[in-house]
Amino acid sequence: MLNRRTFLGTTIAAGGVLAAPALFGQAKPRVVVIGGGAGGATAARYLAKDGAGALDVTLIEANPTYTTCFFSNLYIGGFRTIESLEHGYGGIAAAGVNVIHDLATGVDRAARTVTLAGGQVVAYDRLVLSPGIDFRDDAVPGWSLDAAEIMPHAYKAGPQTKLLRAQIEAMPQGGLFAMVAPPNPYRCPPGPYERISMVAHVLKQSNPTAKILVLDPKEKFAKQALFEEGWQRHYDGMIEVVGPDFGGAAVEVRPGTMEVVVDGTAQKVDVCNVIPAQMAGKIAQIAGVTDDKGWAPVDPANMKSKMDENVYVLGDSSAQGDMPKSGYSANSQAKVAALSIRGELTGAKVFPAKYSNTCWSLIAPDDGVKVGAAYEPTPEKIASVSSFVSQAGEDAALRKATYEESLGWYAGITADMFG
Amino acid sequence: MRAAAILALAALACLAGVSGARADAIGDPARGEAIFDKECARCHMVGPEARDRIGPALNGIFGRRAAAAEGFAYSKSITRMGNDGLTWTLETLEAYIENPKALVSGTRMNYRGLRDEAARGDVLAYLREWSDKPQNIPEAEPSALPSMPVLSAEVLALQGDLAWGEYLSAECLTCHKRDGSDEGIPSITQWPVEDFVIAMHAYKQSLRPHPVMQMMASRLSDEEIAALAAYFATID
Repeated sequence: MLNRRTFLGTTIAAGGVLAAPALFGQAKPRVVVIGGGAGGATAARYLAKDGAGALDVTLIEANPTYTTCFFSNLYIGGFRTIESLEHGYGGIAAAGVNVIHDLATGVDRAARTVTLAGGQVVAYDRLVLSPGIDFRDDAVPGWSLDAAEIMPHAYKAGPQTKLLRAQIEAMPQGGLFAMVAPPNPYRCPPGPYERISMVAHVLKQSNPTAKILVLDPKEKFAKQALFEEGWQRHYDGMIEVVGPDFGGAAVEVRPGTMEVVVDGTAQKVDVCNVIPAQMAGKIAQIAGVTDDKGWAPVDPANMKSKMDENVYVLGDSSAQGDMPKSGYSANSQAKVAALSIRGELTGAKVFPAKYSNTCWSLIAPDDGVKVGAAYEPTPEKIASVSSFVSQAGEDAALRKATYEESLGWYAGITADMFG
Repeated sequence: MRAAAILALAALACLAGVSGARADAIGDPARGEAIFDKECARCHMVGPEARDRIGPALNGIFGRRAAAAEGFAYSKSITRMGNDGLTWTLETLEAYIENPKALVSGTRMNYRGLRDEAARGDVLAYLREWSDKPQNIPEAEPSALPSMPVLSAEVLALQGDLAWGEYLSAECLTCHKRDGSDEGIPSITQWPVEDFVIAMHAYKQSLRPHPVMQMMASRLSDEEIAALAAYFATID
């Protein structure tokens, strides 16, 4: 028997089919984003902004303020204040995102719910994971997260970055700064070497007889020729790099005695920056969307997890192919994912994915360099289809313009992320 | 003519929301390995145990200057080409294995050449796996072939699709600010449509020098440039 009520119900459901093919009958499709960095903040803001009220978007982020890891080396070098790297979530909330400051501790992919440390359970139709990186505990013998108060990683920006800078400032005259560089793949390929440049810049002014030792497990690193040229020009004789052939791949650290052991020889150091091997952020491991290498494989066309069609993984955590793990990459991937999600949930027109990345690095005051590439999906991976890199021997005006451009990029991407 | 029609159809398919692959793989690396074993392995090695034999080891060949592997005795001819700037990219390597003596007259590589285009792609895809990965070394050589934009005769007369332009604009807004302010990176809002289109084509043809903009513009079709111009002209 057809009464008025069921008749109306049917009509609404039919309307829902047109507007939201995947989820007819439900008021508003729910998207939950975990992680408020370059990937997650961008995705949440674009979903709310472009969804124009059709989506219920929630962002879960433990910290009330986000400190960008990109540009944190410039804080170490004295070119930025830490406050200039801090961003609140007011603009994202104003765009219509429900922002929850809590830690996500569980994901039930069968029930499509996320559990928070505070006990709350949040349901989703699509889940976006953008939790950045975590460190492998066993990566450097002698080092663990507990030792990070003595030998900081400073590879998640915030208190660790401040600690490292304070340690550099407290170094004795003629002291030794050591860095244990990470193996591939890791967040921000030129990051460790930009950091070395910034440390050298600080020491050159306040502690010119100090030395810098880089212990590196890799044969080659990003922008190597540009960094080596810059180090020779600005910091001649200050920086020594020990590669894998001379023990750089088998380093042990002793936080108790402030020593690094290279090739069986213990060396006393004054500051030791350990950047360990990395893997996808913990919640991606908990959600069970990572592979045996610890990263989350995704569909190159839209950043959807290969393990679950209701889950997307962005940024550093994802295994997508050729894009470096960078804030720029995560921001670029977030826009592709946001459109794909809107297509699935609201019927929005989906255009083909385009991805890009540029990494700027500062070597010395007004001496900036950059590397970038355009990417497109192939069936197997996100593939690099063209690239460019600054050249050795560029003139001072061009290097200064590159640095100034990087300042513009920082202003642009943070406005794009946080509104 | 027929090719243009096929390209136009492909563009329509993309617009209709058929997502998926855009770029083309260089070739099939598994097939490439088999061809390498048959055609190249008598003289060259590649892979974890590779060392110089009659020819140099080919690990890390992409992006390397010609005749630059340390410790290998090259011919005078290829050494000269390396000094002149010959660098091994997808294009130069393909030309070299198609006919070594056409690229380097006096090369010691006594190989008749691999005439089958698909086979060359497969071998290069296999070799590419043993060079730098762009994820780790962002400046590494490309690992796939970009999709070619659709070209049209009357570029300036194209009417830009606003919705498409809005989607494409997200890539611009990573650097250029939506509110039109200008800090180290120029404002691109509220330009006259024609100026915007001309500027983007100037980047696309590498007439304007900025490498980021050349890269961005190089893979935009005429329709995409028109859509961006239309969109950025309208936003407040």
